[in-house]
Amino acid sequence: MSDPSNAVQPRTLFEKIWESHVVREEPGQATLIYIDRHLTHEVTSPQAFEGLRVTGRRIRRADLTFGLIDHSIPTTPLGNYGKRSNVPVIDKESALQIATMEQNAAEFGINFFGVDDTRNGIVHVTAPEQGITLPGTTIVCGDSHTSTHGAFGALAFGIGTSEVEHVLASQCLLQTKPKTMEVRVEGTLPPGCTAKDIVLYIIGQIGTDGGTGYAIEFTGSTIRALSMEGRMTVCNMTIEAGARAGLIAPDDTTINYLKGRPYAPQGANWEAAAAYWRTLPSDSGAVYDNVVLLEAADIAPMVTWGTTPGMVAPVTGNVPDPESLEDANLRNATYRALQYMGLTPNTKIQDIKLARIFIGSCTNSRIEDLRLAARVAKGRKVAEGVWAMVVPGSGLVQQQAIDEGLDVIFKEAGFDWREPGCSMCLAMNGDKLEEGERCASTSNRNFEGRQGKGGRTHLVSPSMAAAAAIAGHFVDVREWEF
Amino acid sequence: MEPFVNLNGVVMPLNRANVDTDQIIPAKYLKGIKRTGMAEGLFANWRYKPDGSPDPDFPLNQARYQNATILVARDNFGCGSSREHAPWALNEYGFRSIIAPSFADIFYNNCFNNGMLPITLPKEAVDELFEEIEAEPRLRIQIDLPNQTINVAGGKTYSFQLDPFKKECLLNGLDNIGWTLSFDDKIAAFEAVRREATPWL
Ligand code: SF4
Repeated sequence: MSDPSNAVQPRTLFEKIWESHVVREEPGQATLIYIDRHLTHEVTSPQAFEGLRVTGRRIRRADLTFGLIDHSIPTTPLGNYGKRSNVPVIDKESALQIATMEQNAAEFGINFFGVDDTRNGIVHVTAPEQGITLPGTTIVCGDSHTSTHGAFGALAFGIGTSEVEHVLASQCLLQTKPKTMEVRVEGTLPPGCTAKDIVLYIIGQIGTDGGTGYAIEFTGSTIRALSMEGRMTVCNMTIEAGARAGLIAPDDTTINYLKGRPYAPQGANWEAAAAYWRTLPSDSGAVYDNVVLLEAADIAPMVTWGTTPGMVAPVTGNVPDPESLEDANLRNATYRALQYMGLTPNTKIQDIKLARIFIGSCTNSRIEDLRLAARVAKGRKVAEGVWAMVVPGSGLVQQQAIDEGLDVIFKEAGFDWREPGCSMCLAMNGDKLEEGERCASTSNRNFEGRQGKGGRTHLVSPSMAAAAAIAGHFVDVREWEF
Repeated sequence: MEPFVNLNGVVMPLNRANVDTDQIIPAKYLKGIKRTGMAEGLFANWRYKPDGSPDPDFPLNQARYQNATILVARDNFGCGSSREHAPWALNEYGFRSIIAPSFADIFYNNCFNNGMLPITLPKEAVDELFEEIEAEPRLRIQIDLPNQTINVAGGKTYSFQLDPFKKECLLNGLDNIGWTLSFDDKIAAFEAVRREATPWL
């Protein structure tokens, strides 16, 4: 590892992390980089562990490998089941997948948070919460939203299952170095807007492939003012802009969040680590391959109307009219999206009625997200005919929400308060939309069928989702009193 | 892994941008613990009607594209979820190469790990291919990886760019993991330094 104090050229945060993880670099060949933290879950790891068995390879660093179960776990309220492992899983295949994860974790000796462990939760909620995610590290997981962990100033990205096997066997990955992009957001975030609105706005500006080939560093006063939860929301959706990774420089907010977390360094190591983390922010004068400048003042509560996260409008806006679009491909894509979404051109966003609400997912299921939603829900009632689910991101988030009385607020308002997991972010655990159902969701993907075949997803912030639950249609949360 | 050198095959058009991996294979087909059994989930939400019968409007179900081994699509193909089930499903169905103006990163890498070749061509070239297919439904394309060219039967030749290392891996069907493990001494040396420099990791 190179000593950061030897640096001559000003370097970006990304470059510092990249350079300190190069194991082998030869011209004309992919660079071998070392992986500090490998996170695994039940859906994308079974074939990788099986690969080790078939080839007779051993796991190199079980101590740096973490596993849990999040995608296929049912979020059914516990009721009389007593514990989560008693709750029936949606089908035999999923049950086998869960059992396989448990068995692989035991056989290969990795760190594991099982179904009945209160630390279990969505991988991108649990790992930061446990202090597994640390600044300056490389983190991978067979999951595209691994970009979330970049909020701590880590280089974190999703990989395929073949690469999961590669990391299990070697603790390394073959990588081509991405280019760097700075997305700078300056100014005070307007009231009623959240980190989710920032990132939806960014994707709307740069497009769903605007970040392809880049590692994006988010900078500027708006970003620095965000809590760790907010920063995770922003980095989480970096992948929806096509970027492999999103990063935010570590600062006091980061260090204060990490202090005392179970897997964070302790004692003398803590002091040394914190001192090192403070050397990580991009040097002044460091050069990015691309720079995008945005103003917080231009951000409003955002609502997606289409089938990619880039198809987004402010809550005061309208669904677009494809006829007004010049580019033929864009026009066709817009027609297709509106047809799938069952929307007429020029409809006011606030006239869109909803049947379902989903507050959860690795984008917005942390304590701060639940607090935001609860503030809106408090003393109000979910509209008639609307089914509104709240799914905490981990057992510990759930516990904290209960300690703060948020569960009571939600239940009294008529929300369905559930057990943690990926839930209706993707349709594979029993929580899903029916054909044609329309949902305001705090998750990250509004792709066709993502929340269930024929389901219609609108991405919003937790406060916007809670307000929509109460009104039965989208409303401008800025006009509400709390 | 099977080497990829040349491919001569029928092309299937998928005239959509931002084809995400949830479309390539929906989540309900991700429940397996094997790499196989994915083909039936390929484009499931587009390919089957609500009653489960094949939708004749979707190209995969059309006689003229039967046995296609090459897929042509629009921008940002393979965006979204990192699921390698997407290239597995395409591969198992018979597609060995995908041509598009741009690909999402993770999907692009996943293809190579399965001996598949994603080819990035300029938008205009992809427009031309769509027109060619329109005119000649059983259009065949010859992909020549060593020379990095695509030859449309009776028509134009296009060259494409590719990372030399990725090309090498495909041509030789290289086992990436075995290759990396051959640098065990380097990895061990890195770990020794890492233990000193960042003992908290
Ligand atoms: S919450 Fe959604 S996006 Fe996040 S890991 Fe789970 S399925 Fe993926």
